[in-house]
Amino acid sequence: MIMAKAKPLEEILSYLEGFQRILVLGCNGGVAVCEAGGLKEAEVLASALRIQNMQAGDRRDIQELSLTRQCDKEYLAELKDKMDNYDAVVSLACGAGVQFMAEMYTEKPIFPGVDTCFIGVTEEQGVWTERCQACGQCILAETGGICPIMRCAKRMMNGPCGGSEKGKCEISVLVGRDVDCGWHLIFERLKKLGQIGRFAEPALDKDWTLSRDGGPRLIIREDVRP
Amino acid sequence: MKETITPSRLEKILAAGHWAVTSECGPPRDGRPEIIEKKADLIGDYVDAINVTDNQTAVVRQCSLAACIRIKLKGLEPVLQMVTRDRNRIALQSDLLGATSYGIHNVLCLTGDHQRFGDHASSTNVFDMDSTRLIQTVKMMRDDGRLLSGHEMHEGRPQMFIGAAENPFADPFEIRVMRLAKKVKAGAQFIQTQCIYNMPKFKLWMKLLRDEGLHEKVAILAGLTPMKNVGMAKYMKNRVPGIDVPDDIIKRLAGVPKEKQADEGIQICLEQIEELKQEEGIRGFHVMAIEWEEKVPEIVERAGLYPRPSVN
Repeated sequence: MIMAKAKPLEEILSYLEGFQRILVLGCNGGVAVCEAGGLKEAEVLASALRIQNMQAGDRRDIQELSLTRQCDKEYLAELKDKMDNYDAVVSLACGAGVQFMAEMYTEKPIFPGVDTCFIGVTEEQGVWTERCQACGQCILAETGGICPIMRCAKRMMNGPCGGSEKGKCEISVLVGRDVDCGWHLIFERLKKLGQIGRFAEPALDKDWTLSRDGGPRLIIREDVRP
Repeated sequence: MKETITPSRLEKILAAGHWAVTSECGPPRDGRPEIIEKKADLIGDYVDAINVTDNQTAVVRQCSLAACIRIKLKGLEPVLQMVTRDRNRIALQSDLLGATSYGIHNVLCLTGDHQRFGDHASSTNVFDMDSTRLIQTVKMMRDDGRLLSGHEMHEGRPQMFIGAAENPFADPFEIRVMRLAKKVKAGAQFIQTQCIYNMPKFKLWMKLLRDEGLHEKVAILAGLTPMKNVGMAKYMKNRVPGIDVPDDIIKRLAGVPKEKQADEGIQICLEQIEELKQEEGIRGFHVMAIEWEEKVPEIVERAGLYPRPSVN
């Protein structure tokens, strides 16, 4: 699931200067799961904007809504008849949703209300952690189901660097919290699986054209196209 | 004398069965030409090859390649340290070819310290490959005359003696020899270890690598960094990832007056060299006197490693 976190209110307010009729638009996808951009968060942000509005003595009109998803045209189209009522939209969707909104409603400024962070999991209530960088070529079969591309701060493909200590990555001291050494986890898991032999062969170069270095990516499935 | 495959002086020293002695120079954080020249002059006669660090601790410095060329032009032997943090496979291979054009015959393949440790913590990193793959890349360029793209070089192949680093004190300990084996399989011919303070742990690592026969496939150069004072020892113990400083080293330094601590640090280093000379598989010493290069001649001399042998 795509994880995001709310932008600071001051930043959002700075975008909205000069706009009178504002729609705060939630998304019921991943951003709702991580409690950053669903209907509930849209309501909270709209209320905060209204309070700020009153305090500043402005007469802005602030509405909120949430769509099933902002990354599908059919859901975005639900706004077609309503968009004339707004001068600007704060989208709480992930970066994909914000951009898709802007592509459909080209005349309206669409501002991001969240920072899109990562593909991750719910560790426990209120805690989300990253698991995947969408590199486009999954190597989890080789690495005991734990991803070195994402888990290792240096994206090492051939084992832990010399800075791994007691199972923790050397960047722990810099980020101010314990970060697991990805290769320590991989090693322990391969041992459990009896697959430590996988470690012996040097890994070949990764093909980054399948990742961010190949330009915007695209999947075409002829079998499911109309 | 064993057969050598490159013109590297370091390779020849090792092949002749001598202890090898290497050291390193960190380039300055500005463009002055004389800093590296002075450091090289200071240690040149006392070592077989001089490592030049590549933006170590991710702090921007004069580039390793330029400083290596400067050392080479003085008639000394550089070891080009290369990290994969800042350059992709295009730039790494390009620099290897540039180094080749200046007759640089030693390379140390490293992944590099994470950029968040340095002076540009918000920069992006590259890590198109890691140290092991860089070793393989140099070997492919040298032995097969090919770039990673498959392009064939009919002339002007790198003639480099290939080195790597290993840290016997990092975790998980049991992966350290496997990782060394992987680097050797990739093409590493010499290894510079992380600086050694925990001798029992180091000796256990040596035993494990001998059990795998790795000491016959790769030359291990023991990494040594003399302590300037007890403050440095505590800093390295507590603040530098992957460095293992036992309490008895700290106690020993703390047990002498402040003005004698530097001498004590040198003394510890000399005792370590004597002890390591007895360790099967140790083929030389890599003396990393951090911003203390002027002490390298004294250490080499007092360790009975001077004068350096001449090889052709």
